[in-house]
Amino acid sequence: MSIDLNQFHTVFFEESQEHIDTMEQLLMAMDLDAPDPEDLNSVFRAAHSIKGGSGIFGFTALGQITHVMENLLDQLRNGQRQLSNQLVDHFLSVIDCLRRILDQYRSGEEVDWAEVESVAQGLEAVLNDGTVIAGKGAEASGGVAEDDAFGFFEPEATQGDSSADNSWGLFDEHASPEPTSDSPDQNEAFGFFDEPAEPDRPAASPAPAASMQKAKPKPKPSSSESSTIRVGIDKVDSLINLVGELVITQSMLKVLGEDPDNIDTLKMTTVLGELERNTREIQESVMSIRMIPVSFVFNRFPRVVRDLASKMNKQVELQLEGSQTELDKGLIEKLVDPLTHLVRNSIDHGIESPEQRLAAGKPEKGAITISASQRGGSIIIAISDDGAGLNREKILAKARQNGLPVADDLPDAEVWDLIFQPGFSTAEQVTDVSGRGVGMDVVRRNIQQLGGRIEITSTASVGSTFTIQLPLTLAIVDGMGVAVGGQTFIIPLVSIIESMQPSRANLKQLGGSDLLHVREEYWPLLPLYQVMETEPRHRDPAEAIVVLIETSKRRYGLVVDELVGQQQVVIKSLEQHYRRVPGAAGATIMGDGSVALILDVESLADIVQEPAEETA
Amino acid sequence: MSDNQASIETAENQVARTDVREYLTFSLGEEHYALDIMAVKEIRGYEAVTRIANAPDFIKGVINLRGDIVPIVDLRLKFNVGEATYDEFTIVIVIQIHDRMVGIVVDGVSDVISLSREERRPPPEFGVAFDSRFLVGLAKVQDHMVILVNIEALITSQELGLVEVGAQESPDVDS
Amino acid sequence: MGKHVLIVDDSASIRQMVEHTLKTGGYQVTTAVDGQEALNLCQRQKYDCVLTDQNMPRMDGLTLIKSLRAMPTYGRTPILVLTTEASDDMKARGRSAGATGWMVKPFNPDNLLQVAAKVMP
Repeated sequence: MSIDLNQFHTVFFEESQEHIDTMEQLLMAMDLDAPDPEDLNSVFRAAHSIKGGSGIFGFTALGQITHVMENLLDQLRNGQRQLSNQLVDHFLSVIDCLRRILDQYRSGEEVDWAEVESVAQGLEAVLNDGTVIAGKGAEASGGVAEDDAFGFFEPEATQGDSSADNSWGLFDEHASPEPTSDSPDQNEAFGFFDEPAEPDRPAASPAPAASMQKAKPKPKPSSSESSTIRVGIDKVDSLINLVGELVITQSMLKVLGEDPDNIDTLKMTTVLGELERNTREIQESVMSIRMIPVSFVFNRFPRVVRDLASKMNKQVELQLEGSQTELDKGLIEKLVDPLTHLVRNSIDHGIESPEQRLAAGKPEKGAITISASQRGGSIIIAISDDGAGLNREKILAKARQNGLPVADDLPDAEVWDLIFQPGFSTAEQVTDVSGRGVGMDVVRRNIQQLGGRIEITSTASVGSTFTIQLPLTLAIVDGMGVAVGGQTFIIPLVSIIESMQPSRANLKQLGGSDLLHVREEYWPLLPLYQVMETEPRHRDPAEAIVVLIETSKRRYGLVVDELVGQQQVVIKSLEQHYRRVPGAAGATIMGDGSVALILDVESLADIVQEPAEETA
Repeated sequence: MSDNQASIETAENQVARTDVREYLTFSLGEEHYALDIMAVKEIRGYEAVTRIANAPDFIKGVINLRGDIVPIVDLRLKFNVGEATYDEFTIVIVIQIHDRMVGIVVDGVSDVISLSREERRPPPEFGVAFDSRFLVGLAKVQDHMVILVNIEALITSQELGLVEVGAQESPDVDS
Repeated sequence: MGKHVLIVDDSASIRQMVEHTLKTGGYQVTTAVDGQEALNLCQRQKYDCVLTDQNMPRMDGLTLIKSLRAMPTYGRTPILVLTTEASDDMKARGRSAGATGWMVKPFNPDNLLQVAAKVMP
């Protein structure tokens, strides 16, 4: 018979990915002098599992490496070998290689066998480097007897008395007629134990090696970029409950509708209210299925920080906070690059060298904190360091060098904002850590594409904090409906500061563009009818409504006919069947079935007429 | 022997049969056109669209087609034929090519016709509203000529601007 | 209804593969992710055969086997231990724990069915 093993590959790749991540996380957290035996055991088990599965599914490159790894780990957990920083580094590089091989298998690429060989040999070299602590037997790392693939511990002579024995039953009648010689053909692929053992009570003879393992639950894995998602059973259960409620509501409505001439309107209102609640809760519940903890990104940073800090001869302690905060899976995957860049940036530019830190009266070891928290409908991710802070003078100098007109008295916040300009790297020397083409401008663009924004606070010699604000999910946005020329548009609520009917006294004309004086500021006005080429009810802003918008680039007032109301909208792609539309971030379907465009307030900011002297 | 003979004949028949294709015919002004029926997802009446600013006039806007945001193109405006009026008789053919849908407004939909290879002749070089790039053939149906349109080429063409153009092409005219 | 086999392995891919193979072979299959879960299951139900991995979190295979052998209902049940090493040491440990037999990973589906047929005629 033939069983197609391909169907199990996806699961194998996923769990191997998890095992690899587990190994990495545990190894990095390991106390070199007194490693937790259970942690060592878990690392061993991870390597062991990859090896087991790779054998069955034919991913031999993985098996080849994990086999040697396993032997080495076995020495460690048996106390035959001492863990060292060097060894951890070695393991980490092996883990990187495993990851590459896994990707190669996953994408159907050719495996780099040369690399596999050299990594396996590297491990063998460590294994045989003669530093094994004597005294403990080495039998545990004994190789696999290749041709001994299964066997039964077969009763050979005990068949007759097996009936007398009733307290243990190793010698099943069916097993005995077929002696070992039968176990077949080729190689001894299985075997029966023929142990005429003591009818031992469980406690009687505990085999020394087989002890109960009280393991901590495995650390949650962080597999990136897979197209499947793991959902907690509680989320599924709550969804099932909600659907159950929906079914009840539906049947109530059915009963109510059976007699259309005699509708109990009061009851109908109640049930419709119930339906509305059901629908909302199901929507929330379904959305939550896409939510995964940010630890999926955060977990990579201990490694990133470790590698970078050692490369740059800096000492950095990383702290992760709020790793369990949940965020849309799509957002999380797209956060990896910008966050990695920011962390690199903090180590490279933020944290000073140990000497500089000591000279400045700071602890030798710098601190970086990455935190996540939910605030209303947004997620805030902050990356703080206790480093040197941004250098105002250097940034201003660089800006002038790049031909940007900047005043000396520019407020700090605006100076910091300059580093998001393209081509801005203030590192004195371009290091291979930061100065590699990808700049902060790309970071900001990536974050804006996710519907978020990024802000910087920084104090000289105290440190800097980069704060990212993101919507909880990509699929739904809280919006304000506005109408112009009979057409409805949605403005994301997060960008709206306030809406108002401006008084004529506060409106000014300057160089052909309208300004609104409010909140002690002059706001340039952007008439939406001009952007959207419609005919408004009133061209005079004093007769219209102004929605005050804040974007990462500037603040402005959007002039519309009227406000339609606040609502949650589901974001639909315009590009799927059409193309990107300037000024629109997407579209949505309104209650009446019509299509409304969701405004892209960031790109609209680019066409705001900024009167020459309007600064601050 | 005779068995062999028979099977060869069947094979030939099959070749001939698979070569018969079905086309949906439609009219634009005075001209009759036909497109591969496989590309037609549905035919519906014209309904209110949501206008897209800064788009050429022949792109009427977008509609909600069961949750998808689908653009509507008026071929009468694009090719400057017929009269672009919109009423309850205005017809939209929803075309699906690969994963993309687009609705095209035409003057009328007439019939589904089957054409064998022999009936399909080379397209005219000129004299019709469509650029010859978008034509695949010509056929005589009853007493008039029907022009066979390569709808995929038309829909994905730069001229219509429905699809974001890749870097290898010159930038778009309408954005 | 075919014989009922309990599969114990912490690896989902191997669990699925073994489950699929045995189901194809006409067996009824239940799975557990570690020894502890398997033991809990066995305390509630009688399986015709237990196939267990050795190396698992919470409770390993040998401990499971010993615990099962201590239960009157599992005195005679065929229990196979899946292991990546077929060293004599491993066999001795399996034997002393009370396993019926062992099976080395990697194995192919045909092998598995062959062994299953042997212990559950």
